[in-house]
Amino acid sequence: MTIRGWAEILLVLVVAVLLAWPVGIHIARVAEGKRTFLHPLLGPIERTFYTLSRIDPAQEMSWQQYTFALLALNAIHFLMLYAILRLQFYLPLNPDHLAGMSPRLAFNTAMSFVTNTNWQAYSGETTLSPGSQMWGLTSHMFVSAGTGITVALALSRAFARGGLKTLGNFWVDLTRIVLYVLLPIAVVAAFVLVALGVPQTLATHADATTLEGLRQTIAMGPVAFMEAIKQLGTNGGGYFNANSAHPFENPNAFSCILEILLVLLIPFALTFTFGHIVGEKRQGYVLLAVAGIFLLAAVAVAYSSEAQGNPLLTAIGVDATQGNMEGKEIRFGIPLSVLFNVVTTATSCGAVNAMLDSYMPLGGMVSMFLMQLGEVVPGGVGSGLYGLIVFAVLAVFLAGLMVGRTPEYLGKKIQAKEVKLAVLAVLILPLSILGGTALSLALPEARASLAIGGPHGLSEMLYAFTSATANNGSAFAGISADTPWLDTTLGIAMLLGRYAFLVPVLAIAGSLGEKVKVPASTGTFPTDGLLFVGLLCGVVFIVGGLQFMPALSLGPLAEHFALFAGKSF
Amino acid sequence: MTSHHSKAERIPLLDRSLLSRALQDAFRKLDPRELIRNPVIFVTEIVSALVTLLAVRDFAIGKPSLFSLSIAVFLWLTVLFATFAEAIAEGRGRARAETLRRMRTETLAKLLPNPADRAVFKPVPASELNVGDHVLVEAGDIIPSDGEAVEGIASVNEAAITGESAPVIREAGGDRSAVTGGTLVVSDWLVIRITAARGTTFLDRMIRLVEGAERRKTPNEIALDILLAGLTLIFLIAVVTLVSFAHYSGATLSIPVLAALFVCLIPTTIGGLLSAIGIAGMDRLLRFNVLATSGRAVEAAGDVDTLLLDKTGTITLGNRMAASIVPGPGVTEQELAQAAVLASLGDDTPEGRSILAFARGRYGIAAEKPEGAKVVPFSAQTRLSGLDHEGQTWRKGAVDSICQWAGVENMPSVLTNAVERIARAGGTPLAVARGRQIMGVIELKDIVKPGIRERFAALRRMGIRTVMVTGDNRLTAAAIAGEAGVDDFIAEATPQDKLSYIRRVQSEGRLVAMTGDGTNDAPALAQADVGVVMQTGTQAAREAGNMVDLDSDPTKLIEIVEIGKQLLITRGALTTFSIANDVSKYFAILPAIFVTAYPELEALNVMRLNSPQSAILSAVIFNALIIVLLVPLALRGVRFRPIGAAELLRRNLLLYGVGGIVAPFIGIKLIDMFITALGLS
Amino acid sequence: MIGTFRPALILVGLLTLLSGVLMPLAFTGLASLVFPFQAHGSLLKKDGKIFGSVLIGQNFTAARYFHPRPSATTEPDPKDPSKTISVPYAADNSAGSNLAPSAKALIERVKSDLPSMGPHPVPADAVTASGSGLDPDISRAYAERQVARVAAARHLPETAVRDLVNRFVKTPTLGFIGEERVNVLMLNDALDQMPKP
Repeated sequence: MTIRGWAEILLVLVVAVLLAWPVGIHIARVAEGKRTFLHPLLGPIERTFYTLSRIDPAQEMSWQQYTFALLALNAIHFLMLYAILRLQFYLPLNPDHLAGMSPRLAFNTAMSFVTNTNWQAYSGETTLSPGSQMWGLTSHMFVSAGTGITVALALSRAFARGGLKTLGNFWVDLTRIVLYVLLPIAVVAAFVLVALGVPQTLATHADATTLEGLRQTIAMGPVAFMEAIKQLGTNGGGYFNANSAHPFENPNAFSCILEILLVLLIPFALTFTFGHIVGEKRQGYVLLAVAGIFLLAAVAVAYSSEAQGNPLLTAIGVDATQGNMEGKEIRFGIPLSVLFNVVTTATSCGAVNAMLDSYMPLGGMVSMFLMQLGEVVPGGVGSGLYGLIVFAVLAVFLAGLMVGRTPEYLGKKIQAKEVKLAVLAVLILPLSILGGTALSLALPEARASLAIGGPHGLSEMLYAFTSATANNGSAFAGISADTPWLDTTLGIAMLLGRYAFLVPVLAIAGSLGEKVKVPASTGTFPTDGLLFVGLLCGVVFIVGGLQFMPALSLGPLAEHFALFAGKSF
Repeated sequence: MTSHHSKAERIPLLDRSLLSRALQDAFRKLDPRELIRNPVIFVTEIVSALVTLLAVRDFAIGKPSLFSLSIAVFLWLTVLFATFAEAIAEGRGRARAETLRRMRTETLAKLLPNPADRAVFKPVPASELNVGDHVLVEAGDIIPSDGEAVEGIASVNEAAITGESAPVIREAGGDRSAVTGGTLVVSDWLVIRITAARGTTFLDRMIRLVEGAERRKTPNEIALDILLAGLTLIFLIAVVTLVSFAHYSGATLSIPVLAALFVCLIPTTIGGLLSAIGIAGMDRLLRFNVLATSGRAVEAAGDVDTLLLDKTGTITLGNRMAASIVPGPGVTEQELAQAAVLASLGDDTPEGRSILAFARGRYGIAAEKPEGAKVVPFSAQTRLSGLDHEGQTWRKGAVDSICQWAGVENMPSVLTNAVERIARAGGTPLAVARGRQIMGVIELKDIVKPGIRERFAALRRMGIRTVMVTGDNRLTAAAIAGEAGVDDFIAEATPQDKLSYIRRVQSEGRLVAMTGDGTNDAPALAQADVGVVMQTGTQAAREAGNMVDLDSDPTKLIEIVEIGKQLLITRGALTTFSIANDVSKYFAILPAIFVTAYPELEALNVMRLNSPQSAILSAVIFNALIIVLLVPLALRGVRFRPIGAAELLRRNLLLYGVGGIVAPFIGIKLIDMFITALGLS
Repeated sequence: MIGTFRPALILVGLLTLLSGVLMPLAFTGLASLVFPFQAHGSLLKKDGKIFGSVLIGQNFTAARYFHPRPSATTEPDPKDPSKTISVPYAADNSAGSNLAPSAKALIERVKSDLPSMGPHPVPADAVTASGSGLDPDISRAYAERQVARVAAARHLPETAVRDLVNRFVKTPTLGFIGEERVNVLMLNDALDQMPKP
């Protein structure tokens, strides 16, 4: 590790917080239906949307109606993407006449994009046409990100309101978030990305003759726009197979920093939004602080593990000063690679600018662990905030009794119903991650997907189910994911990870919204100070992470100690 | 919680006979049908049985394994310690119930077929009385059942219930008409209408309550149970899936090892102590001579953030006391005080005595009756008292009475002003006259109890608002409220005012506690989240409240709140401790079970435990022992300090959170050293 | 039920139209108008013919060129499309090796590459494959290590080649943002432009 590297990392994180602050307030204003500077331009479009789909924007929804609307829209969107992927051959903007996807791959991919996972069991540049990438994938990136944010807004409102049975209007929330938040930021970011070198063209490739006289087919396409929302919406599905390691997706250090900032922007901003909506800004700072602590700790572990290089290679004569460069790009070096990958796995983005499969065991474990915590530090757009609030509810309940009162979070009493729903949501993670991995490791057919045996093989499988369940989408990409077993089971893991978590959260919102807000006093459990930051970190770590310790011991930890003892597999 | 010493019999924390009984009960409680109420311990029992079966099988096929057997033993001990904790908590309640039962002898009641005719009665066993029957009790009788006095007046010794041996007056009509079965009539007689159905008398209910027979889970307990069950499920998934991971990795995991890991990870500590904590909370209340009708009420007491306190008797001493004197023109304070003393010698009321005490304290004047003086005693008709001696007359009394007696039309303006000022501030002015001369005015006022202001400040730090309820007018109420330091007051309070005040505060999300005794308090008591009824109160009030204060001491509300908080704190602290324990157990067990597959994982054995087997065994032993070690804490409760939630959380989080992470590292290491020294593994 | 599906269906259509069709297409037009070079892939042309992209690495094996990092990209085997063959810097199929740090295959690959790399310790980027397989850059250390070979192959003085390398080293902005690196294609192109001695 170097001071220069840390300076680069800290600069990015500080700028991210500074940018997130005004954006957070903007989102809060949009959520509250206030006018913003974008209204003169986009207001007519918003109203047209309501008129055409016959939505009454003033009508409030109960939590059940809100949930049903969300699920209905997502289901329709899923079916639409499935159809596009299957029928690609017949659709416009397919100059290379690429064939449609197989049913199981189309299922996996459609599930992946509707759940904001963006797990890619296919290689973008050889499988999908520019058309499919645009109206198939890119539009999903907006809508799945918007969906996550709406749930976070509904939950925030439940804390802000007292004695109300409604949480807002899903259609309105989604439309406004896409129009006033995601689209404008994506356009500006995409513009900067093009300036930095990211292509945006309808051509699929250029044919070059190299200096040595060989043919090189350079794949390209409408990359920049998709790249912007891919990062901004913590989607992570790349245009190219190599994702953000590809020079066209991420041409230099500045594009890399911009992409990191885009990933952090909304998850960070939503903590400010939360504080704004519930009327106590410090409550938002607390959540941001928890995310910041985990992020810094994760970066520290990953950075130190990658920077020291691979001892097995050092032993045979490779210079260790550059660090572990297998799977990494020169233009990012260790600090920006580590920061990018920690940030994209701490959120549900899952974009990579270096190949995680080739990370040192501890570096890879950091990414895996961040996802296993439930993608909450700071987590995906919306999903991270509501996930972290679920943990806050549990933390308040666990330790809140210690001040001698029925625990309250933001004036709402946490009782059996909320605890039940929170436990139900949290339970999905081990069930899907550990269950899916254990089942797959027991099946010879599934084991055949692994690129390697030994502890790293276990890590590959564990990573796949972790990434799918946490709706992250990154991979230990050595695994052959496009098999009948993995396409199906990972698709189901994504489904569970998204909706089996989200529905209990909306139910919590419904239950809390109805409760009267208890005024705070000196006897109230304080959730706006450093003490709660520490407590919440502890609960996220112990309740969210500890159950994965056995699996991690047999995967990355075993690999780490074996590797440093000179063993290879 | 210092001002009240329990009058109920004190039961030592670990009494020998109690222990042996609890041990028997602990085994009886192993019955899975009963244990299923406690999911964590129930699961532990199933796992213990499984491991035992396997150990027996190993023995049967001739390959006995000391390791499996030891694991089985300590898993069973874990379960047993948990049931023991509950049994010992219940045992303490039962011991109290026994003393109550001894007092409830089978008495013969004098049933009156015609209530109007006391001469004709027939003896009927008390257990056969029905609601609505009329019985006669006379001096020396034990009141056969709960009821209401409809005729007569008697002094009754209620020591059986309150522990207080001074007899109390019970009379027909009014707020002192309720009588309790099992108490003794000391003098006179009463005709009682029975109000409790068979087996539901206050004493019966009290016995059942302290025995814990009617124990239901409280809302917080239910929520905590859900969380603990959820954690158990999570770790079940982690351990079951481990079979596949281990198989892939080439590690062999035996069932006893998996069972050990599982039981160590699930929150057995809090699971085992949860019900003991709840029972002990009710027991602590009982030691304060407060009887809660449900655990829910105790828990609600901890949540209370608004206390409705009656002014008289709770905030003020209850009687008006002399507080200052204002002399008229040409009279010195000393002369006025002297005159007041002489005029008050005939006044035996608390007010009169307070004047004597005031004069002695402030002016050093002794209350001596001059030789041959004639005392004019205070009477309600004349509203004055006095002294006649050597032709001189002194009188003291209500201002208008004295003016009339002295034949004075207008007092000097300085005194008129003083009278007005005193009345405005809520006090009572009295005038003192010598002969025809009005000498001055005495101010009587409500005296706020010493130290009460500080207690309210402490309550405020705990986040609890105090509200004074009084029949006084607004001005008076405001003056006393300011002096006592309460947060709010209800002046000229009618029962309806109290009720609507409680409703309004509750609609803001607050929880309210109040005390009451009269029948007209019943609606408010029922509406309040915690209603503490005085034992002296009416039957209607008793039915409406959810706690009964056997000492009839309204200030106790404050202690009740503290006990409620203590209950919740103890539960939270042990939950936190239990879950924090998991960190170290991983470090003990994981390297031990995986070291065969990856010898390098020995690096995770940070405690340097002797061998894989001793590591696993040590963790299991620690897990079992910690339950017994924490039983005293569970029964006694974590100490509560009124220091505000933030400070309280900091202390407890440090002690039970960080302590919970560190303690097992030390404990497991010590056990490992011990069993290694013994050669057990 | 129908009441919910109807707005859902229409909203999906509208959002797709806006974010998946109109915006990307409009943006494509705008981008190629404002930044035509970058929008079309930063392509390099000589005599009207494309010889590569500034951003995309190229494979060089001749001694007279600076060599890039190893690349793990593949193409379908022309003989058997179900299999793949190693084709370094295949810019239509980006990929990393995805080899674990503890993989025997990685150690073996590096071992076989090491002998041609000169004295130990060898710069890590010289023997490790990039994540995209298309890394356009190498480290300064790796470039300097190749100076002697390139100079010899081209019969140029080493100092001239070293000077050229130094000219092409990009240093971190403000001293800490980004990494020190050399774009291999640009360097080799400049080499070709150098006057023959």
